[in-house]
Amino acid sequence: MSRSTRFDTKKVNSELVTLTYGTLVAQMVKDLDNPDDVSKQLDRIGYNMGIRLIEDFLSKTGTGRCLDLKDTADKIQTAFRLYLGVQPNVVNWSPAGDEFSFILDSNPLTELVELPEDLKSLKYCNIICGAIRGALEMVQLDVQSWIVQDQLKGDQNTEIRVKFIRRLEDAMPAGED
Amino acid sequence: MVIYGIYIVSKSGGLIFNYDHTVPKIETTRRFTYPIDLKLNYESKKISVQFGQRDGIHVGHVLTAINGIQITGRQLDDGKDAVEILESKENYPLTLTFERPKMTTNEKIFLASMFYPLFAIASQLSPEPKSSGIELLEADTFKLHCFQTLTGVKIMVVVDKNQIGAEVFLKRVYELYADYALKNPFYSLEMPIRCELFDQNLKTMLEQIDKGGIASI
Repeated sequence: MSRSTRFDTKKVNSELVTLTYGTLVAQMVKDLDNPDDVSKQLDRIGYNMGIRLIEDFLSKTGTGRCLDLKDTADKIQTAFRLYLGVQPNVVNWSPAGDEFSFILDSNPLTELVELPEDLKSLKYCNIICGAIRGALEMVQLDVQSWIVQDQLKGDQNTEIRVKFIRRLEDAMPAGED
Repeated sequence: MVIYGIYIVSKSGGLIFNYDHTVPKIETTRRFTYPIDLKLNYESKKISVQFGQRDGIHVGHVLTAINGIQITGRQLDDGKDAVEILESKENYPLTLTFERPKMTTNEKIFLASMFYPLFAIASQLSPEPKSSGIELLEADTFKLHCFQTLTGVKIMVVVDKNQIGAEVFLKRVYELYADYALKNPFYSLEMPIRCELFDQNLKTMLEQIDKGGIASI
């Protein structure tokens, strides 16, 4: 069998991703006309992607369970590289160590995008937050994720914040808890 | 590589995929005169051999046809009752076909859900804390390897008892599952996997293993 499905062999042009994602968001803006609803829906789509994508990540990288959030942050960093081809920095740890941010200097989703005036409240990259939440939920970590800074809104970088809420002990599969 | 079957059990314990690979069909047809020299028994909707083993007909094999007519339950396809035919002397000689019993889908679903608590019990029985569940179950004719993903999906494979390298195979099946089942937008999680591409790719991989061994994947 061809190994085309193996780790980082199948690459697509990032512009294709940018444009496809752009089409999706543009269509949703047309359909829903309230930017907040669009943000919510993007988060939901991301969540649904995350709960499936996690298996892909686990099967291709063969990583084990993380037992602290630093480890988790590292692994999400790998996932960014794997799926979006960018290497975000992990910064701004909260003193309790339960919150951190990813800083993206360039974001492939927003590469060719400018937000029009009337959509200033749209969280264009909310799909990433949803994906992080969905993926972590499948490995029994309940987190919250949101966008703090957005290049589309004139900020220097894109900053995605992740906050650990709890471990989902009751969802832990047998032999893992 | 001798792989008998592959099973995938969802996080909640339901069988979502199974595939039988090289399980040879064992079928024996013989002519019998009255009285029949096998002890037959009718139970759980099967007529099976209870005692008396000869010419490839073993204890446990089930009667599948009389004079070439198939049996479902205890009824022949032409509407007659199989047990009655076997009992009356005037019908003999009879040509009977026996076969090694096959597991029905229902039985497989049942067994898969049985394995689920066994796996959990194993992890609790362990003298060491934080033990995994059953990873390998060994019997005199087969080995069952089980791989549980971090998300709780179990992938199991039944192989020949001398087969090595099943762990590698399980990882590859996991990759196929992630690629062809989960990336299919029309597949909903926890539901049985009915994805043509998944089946195809699994078969291709199995063929490759049959040809080149486990190292070829």
